[in-house]
Amino acid sequence: MLILTCPCCGVTGEETEFHGGGEAHLKRFGPGSTDSEFHDYLFSKVNPMGVHLERWRHNNGCGKWFHAARDTVTLEVYGSYPAQTLEPPQSVKDAITAKRPGWSWREFA
Amino acid sequence: MSNSVSALNGASANGFVQIRDMGLQGMITLRGDLSGATLKKAVQGAAGGDMPGTGRISLTDTGAAAWMSPDELLIVVPYAEVEAKLSDIGSTMADAHHMAVNVSDARCMFSITGDGGLVREVLAKLMPVDLSPEAFKVGQFRRSRMAQVPAAVWMASDGEARVVCFRSVAQYVFDLLKGAAAPGSEVRYMAR
Amino acid sequence: MSTRLANGGRLLDRGRRVDFTFNGKRMNGYAGDTIASALLANDQMMVGRSFKYHRPRGVVASGAEEPNGLVGMGTGAHFEPNQRVTTTELYDGLTATSQNHWPSLEFDVGAINTSLARFLPAGFYYKMFIHPRPFWKHVYEPIIRKSAGLGKAPDQRDPDTYEHFYAFCDVLVIGGGVAGLQAARTAATTGAKVMLIEQTAHWGGRAPVDGGTIGGQPVGTFVDDLVAELSAMDNVTMRNRTMGAGVYDHGYVLGYERVGDHQPEAQGPRHRLWRIRAAQIVTATGAIERPLSFAGNDVPGVMLASAVRDYVVDFGVSVGDRTVVVTNNDDAYRTAITLKKVGLDVPAILDARVTGQDSPLMAEAKSLGIQVLLGRGISSVKGVKRVTGVDVCSQSGEGAVLEEIPCDVVAMSGGWSPVVHLWSHCGGKLVWDEATSAFRPDVTRAPTGARGEAFVVPAGAANGALLLGDVLSDATSAGIAAAKAAGHEGTAPSALDVEKIKEAPMAPVWMMPQGAGIKKRQKAWLDYQNDVKVSDIQLAAREGYESVEHAKRYTTLGMATDQGKLSNINGLAILSDSLGQPIPQTGTTTFRPPYTPISMAAITGEARDERFQPLRQTPIHEWHVSNGAFFEPVGHWRRPYTYQKPGETIDQAVSREVKATRASLGMLDASTLGKLVVKGKDAGKFLDMLYTNVMSSLKPGRCRYGLMCGENGFLSDDGVVARIDEDSFLCHTTTGGAERIHAHMEEWLQTEWWDWDVYVANVTEQYAQIAVVGPHARDTLAKLTDDDISAEALPFMAWKDITLGGMQARAYRISFSGELSYEIAVKASEGRALWDALLAAGSTFNVTPYGTEALHIMRAEKGFIMIGDETDGTVIPQDLGLNWAISKKKEDYIGKRAQARSHMTDPARWKLVGLETLDGSVLPDGAYATAVGTNANGQRETQGRVTSTYHSPTLERGIAMGLVLNGPDRMGEVLEFPRLDGAVIRAKIVDAVFFDKDGEKQNV
Repeated sequence: MLILTCPCCGVTGEETEFHGGGEAHLKRFGPGSTDSEFHDYLFSKVNPMGVHLERWRHNNGCGKWFHAARDTVTLEVYGSYPAQTLEPPQSVKDAITAKRPGWSWREFA
Repeated sequence: MSNSVSALNGASANGFVQIRDMGLQGMITLRGDLSGATLKKAVQGAAGGDMPGTGRISLTDTGAAAWMSPDELLIVVPYAEVEAKLSDIGSTMADAHHMAVNVSDARCMFSITGDGGLVREVLAKLMPVDLSPEAFKVGQFRRSRMAQVPAAVWMASDGEARVVCFRSVAQYVFDLLKGAAAPGSEVRYMAR
Repeated sequence: MSTRLANGGRLLDRGRRVDFTFNGKRMNGYAGDTIASALLANDQMMVGRSFKYHRPRGVVASGAEEPNGLVGMGTGAHFEPNQRVTTTELYDGLTATSQNHWPSLEFDVGAINTSLARFLPAGFYYKMFIHPRPFWKHVYEPIIRKSAGLGKAPDQRDPDTYEHFYAFCDVLVIGGGVAGLQAARTAATTGAKVMLIEQTAHWGGRAPVDGGTIGGQPVGTFVDDLVAELSAMDNVTMRNRTMGAGVYDHGYVLGYERVGDHQPEAQGPRHRLWRIRAAQIVTATGAIERPLSFAGNDVPGVMLASAVRDYVVDFGVSVGDRTVVVTNNDDAYRTAITLKKVGLDVPAILDARVTGQDSPLMAEAKSLGIQVLLGRGISSVKGVKRVTGVDVCSQSGEGAVLEEIPCDVVAMSGGWSPVVHLWSHCGGKLVWDEATSAFRPDVTRAPTGARGEAFVVPAGAANGALLLGDVLSDATSAGIAAAKAAGHEGTAPSALDVEKIKEAPMAPVWMMPQGAGIKKRQKAWLDYQNDVKVSDIQLAAREGYESVEHAKRYTTLGMATDQGKLSNINGLAILSDSLGQPIPQTGTTTFRPPYTPISMAAITGEARDERFQPLRQTPIHEWHVSNGAFFEPVGHWRRPYTYQKPGETIDQAVSREVKATRASLGMLDASTLGKLVVKGKDAGKFLDMLYTNVMSSLKPGRCRYGLMCGENGFLSDDGVVARIDEDSFLCHTTTGGAERIHAHMEEWLQTEWWDWDVYVANVTEQYAQIAVVGPHARDTLAKLTDDDISAEALPFMAWKDITLGGMQARAYRISFSGELSYEIAVKASEGRALWDALLAAGSTFNVTPYGTEALHIMRAEKGFIMIGDETDGTVIPQDLGLNWAISKKKEDYIGKRAQARSHMTDPARWKLVGLETLDGSVLPDGAYATAVGTNANGQRETQGRVTSTYHSPTLERGIAMGLVLNGPDRMGEVLEFPRLDGAVIRAKIVDAVFFDKDGEKQNV
């Protein structure tokens, strides 16, 4: 069972306090988008072996959404950061690079 | 007020610690910019205490202000004063973006009293939180889950913990606490 | 015979006699005994029958690895099967019964299987019962089911209590032997918060049995001192009778504490499941001795050499008068020496090795007059229910008998395997150690935690260090390393002065004798509990089961309740030999938690009976209970389905409630409806995105019905929104939807529109809400208020704050029944008072509280949809004829883009209509309307299905709603709905509004 640190309230808690929310940094496509853009937004999620940026909610806690950079194989958590951002902060990218040089995830590396 | 009844109407249970429904408590959810001076003023006016820091509760003689999330506080005041306090908050906050709602009846507050170590052990049977005296001190405020429902907990003093849960599950939480305090089930992990 | 010795037994309290029964026979033992030691003290050698062949079986081991000694314990509600006799402490009044035999342990019909053994090889069941196919279900399975299973399940509710406990520490040490104690001490001296858990009732493990000295003192004294020292440290918690059951991700460990098993009369829980989060974990879990594979190695009286020694030293029990020791290593010599020293006979040590110089232990055995035969092994064991002797042979030959030695015990040792289970649970890798012929932890490949750090450190015998001095120095390093990794620096204490006893190298012996023929291999057991023999593994290899995981499942090796603690390595070695490859290449099967079985009740913890799950109650719940409510679950809420009066059936009660409400006055506890306050200058804009229609144009004081969809376009919730003032709204959700929709709103506000000024609060439980429904609704309220609630002052779809019965109330004039209807909200704490006041005020109008079923019927009569009935996650609002509630002007709302996808706009979708049976009967819920032809799978084509169906008391016939292909264009057509029994019900497509089509009743 994982432990995660919520960047919004600072609590480090066990997984049962949290709720996973799938891939992070999705860009919303609404009316006016093409069928293929909307299809990808709704259905085409990445599920990599290794570094993954994902959404979590501290639902049995402060209730806030945040993002975590996590390794889906080793389960190492490289860092977590508030959800109100369009890309992972440099400190988190650096933390991943330190452990997984050459990593990439979607457009980030 | 004679019509008003708290969820468990002041029920209590004695195990190796004492469990008590504290009856009607005035509670206000206040959301806004916690770093703003206006909100600080509103909190001081309503609860009488200081602004609580992240993960903390500031306790006063008649109430408390607890940090719920980066944009939310729980203000505890005497039940009879809620409307007046809401009105005060409203006038202090004025046009500043905020929300203040009465949640007194939506919640239930329990008091767990007894030997400090044993009080902590009762909670540690139900919450996935380090409640040891080194890790959880008076002044800290923790939202987590209690068995299968959300709950918030703080130490009112070394020998008393307070738990707040939703009103509809008050009976469940009371049963949980009562069961965890059953005589003979002392863990003797935090209590020596 | 096995018996109690006059002296000895370091774990016994000989002053406290304990009475117990085994298979009804009265026996006695002492406090400190296990069931196993007490049975042996009473000469009860045979304890059960094996699983497959029903062979007589006796105790083999003295600890958690025991495969045979499983008994049923207790009686009635306290009965529990499969309790391991070697790990269960004796207490006064204990009752134990043996398992897996009929009619009795001594005489068992199933033992016939042993004569049929050569017809029951590995894979027998798979091969035999495949043909003819129908036989499996009707003949084979019922018979096999009857004879399968180990022990009987209890048939009464468990009266004991169980609980969880969450603990946090820097260093968790699993195992309270000398390694664990030493590791805990060194870790604790750094100031780290240490927890030490031990599965048995005593500390020190088996080191005090094995002898040696530390600092010139006996090991027992060293242990006592260490325990005293640790007990006095504030930063150390010690828990015996607590097994490390499993190691999981990020330093999570389950500890299984058997609080009450040894004292059933005591207050408190029976078991406690410790949910421990540790920064670092030291696995000091010791090692387990391996059996040797020779013919007849399962006859009662053949035991592990260490166990024979344990029973003498720990419990003062002699397993037999004459013990032949058979070994491939030095350690078993300790058993011979121990036995000899207490005056028991050891006719020979059969040592499979051929060594040059005598090691100290060999020399000591010889000096005591014990005959040591080198290069010898056992050809076969004599005896059926008890060992009577052994045939001795040369280990290197094929088993030609050199001599027969009469004896009643065979003490065997095939070497020691480190207990690597907990190291391996979370991914720790293993390395093959040639010197000890065992897998040990590969410390360079430890399990890794949340920060990528190694978080398990093996110590002592569990790390492959088998000699006392090595154990202690390894444990010291482990304690320091774990504390350091947990953030507590310390220096290692000076090395302990440990007596060094040099041992000669062991020699791997996987089959005895080496050239044993098939007859011997068919009698050489690997897995005692599941009856897997050397020949079975060899057969599996021949049949192509080359992967160890496949061979395991084919033969069931290691799949019994002992999970192969004794059989694993021996089985691997046989498989490797058959495949002609080294053991490391074969690898091991996966070690999975729990280490030994733990009770389901401990896993459940407090979550049973009234605490099984939270049941949410409204402020009016007590009234419902005392007024005949038949409850139904709605989410975690319990809502009255109907209120039964004496003599009424459920259907009659529902019918009465509907009729009374339509005729005069009904009342519903609607407190469970979700209520979310949405506030801020962008609140209207936000609600316009959430709902399919426009909410921002709603005027304060007015209400509007709205639909919410997911981004995928499908309808997810509905409800009435009331505008409170310029910047705040109150959104009603469905009963089950409050938390979900609250989370939905927060998600969009936090992750997409975080720059909008909107706050949301869930005030569902702040208010009790009561629906007052029916032609006399206004008359009833008027009795309780002076405020103007006339149709002009409070029209349909408006709300107003009023004083009602002295309470501050908010009256929403909304209707889910088609009647004149108000929903009255007051503070939850006044909910019961309001309910009582309304009941009193309505008494002159035959006020009738109604439940959810009447609610459903009345809404269906009006053609109102219900989330979860008309919707199932694949239905868009357009399917339900709700286009009037979907804005065409708005540029965007959640779900709008999805609803423009081609299959959503396809005209050939199933759409909502009413269904009226031709004969007035009620359509079955979920029934499908058949169409012409069959699909690719040969199934009948369908063209619609029933979503809601009721008997309407108002119309006195069945009414239904359903989704039908192009339904609204096919009014008057008759569809066929087959029932499960084959009968076909014919129903006409009609308008979904069955009652008061023009809404005259609610607009008064």
